[in-house]
Amino acid sequence: MATAKTRVEKDYDDIPGTYVFDADRSRRGYHLNMFCMSLMKAENRKAFKADEAKYLDERFPLLTREQREAILKRQYNRMLELGGNIYFTAKLGATDGHPFQHLAAVMTGSTQQDYADLMLRGGRPVDGNRSRSGKYARAASSIVKDSKPKQKASKGKKRRG
Amino acid sequence: MARIIAGVTSSHVPAIGAAIDNHRTNEPYWQRVFEGFERSKEWIAKAKPDVVIGVYNDHASAFSVEVIPTFALGTAAEFPPADEGWGPRPVPVVQGHPELASHIAQSVILDEFDLTLCNKMEVDHGLTVPLNLMFGTPKEWPCPVIPLAVNVVQYPPPTGHRCFMLGKAIRKAVESYPEDLKVVIFGTGGMSHQISGQRAGLINSKFDHAFLDNLTKDPKKLTKLSHLELMREAGAEGVEMVMWLIMRGALDDKVDEVYRFYTVPASNTAVGHIILENKIKGGKKTSAKPASTKSASRGKKSAPKMKRAAARQKIERVRS
Repeated sequence: MATAKTRVEKDYDDIPGTYVFDADRSRRGYHLNMFCMSLMKAENRKAFKADEAKYLDERFPLLTREQREAILKRQYNRMLELGGNIYFTAKLGATDGHPFQHLAAVMTGSTQQDYADLMLRGGRPVDGNRSRSGKYARAASSIVKDSKPKQKASKGKKRRG
Repeated sequence: MARIIAGVTSSHVPAIGAAIDNHRTNEPYWQRVFEGFERSKEWIAKAKPDVVIGVYNDHASAFSVEVIPTFALGTAAEFPPADEGWGPRPVPVVQGHPELASHIAQSVILDEFDLTLCNKMEVDHGLTVPLNLMFGTPKEWPCPVIPLAVNVVQYPPPTGHRCFMLGKAIRKAVESYPEDLKVVIFGTGGMSHQISGQRAGLINSKFDHAFLDNLTKDPKKLTKLSHLELMREAGAEGVEMVMWLIMRGALDDKVDEVYRFYTVPASNTAVGHIILENKIKGGKKTSAKPASTKSASRGKKSAPKMKRAAARQKIERVRS
């Protein structure tokens, strides 16, 4: 995960495709999230849509250049990386009139239809999506024990996935 | 005295609320979800709680990033639906129970749980969608609801163990309240889902079923799940399942599982739902019997003939 300069590595950075919204990100993303929060009001949505750059410059001058650009370009993963939280950035998507699955498609590099189909097929499988380092590629969860090999896959016992 | 008779868990997917509000519940996609709650509605109509304690999380509605309380208990007389960006949901204002809420606040704070108390708070789909799923769409909610908002938006949420222990403290508080009240506690959110980043769309049904199994039989095991494991296995946003453990902590160690429902997907989420009843001391029957336990009975007027014991075994699992 492209972490920012000052961010300390966290154990959950090992989860692929995931930007855990922790206190570091919250601090860095404060103005980005507060901008999203402002879109809860109809008059603000209108003002933003009328002139997006002006709205950001006048009302949220403390946004970083990168955050400003990510907002204007609707780069949803980049917003998360820069401290945005999905429950906040979803308000920007809603302001654009998009259903949430449009945002999910953008974030996963898919089309909305393909993403919707993926969900109907039972979603993205966890196998192969647990770990960047490969650390958890085999071990599943401590509570899932009904699958063939013993959980706690002690000595590299084989697990599917 | 007041007592907690049962616990209910349910996902609180916003799209479920949108389907209700836009009258789309009869579409096949949504029917699959709503049918799973038909029997739950019958159950709660019989259980007739006097008060519901609704454990849920706010989604950047009442709380932004300005103030982030870990546990926020609603002590107000009422809680209007929040405008989540499309105008407030057309659902009744949630009526609180300020007397019981204040009593709980006093009791659990002295039990060392440092709650935030909210005398003014709007509530979003996190609370109102489960109310719809259990009570349908009445003009007024049938009983007062005490909201308990848990931070699961900014990491870290409270640990599962902390949530479980808070549930125990809430139970103690309820049982020291002098008025005879039947209380049902809701734990909402989950199940597996991730709605952010390149891994969005993650669903882990195996994990969800194991979580449900343990919720009934061995919840202490769930209190040991780390946030890392929860996020890895159930998705970054799936971590909100810690809230279910508040509900579970408020119940007996041994409970009767009277109903279960699971389906994938509702929008981006696995929907899980379970109803657990406290065993009544002295073998007395609770009034909260499920109206019917026939998995096939989807109609509203189903035959109320199956026994409770059978109900326990009749666990419905709907997979799609």
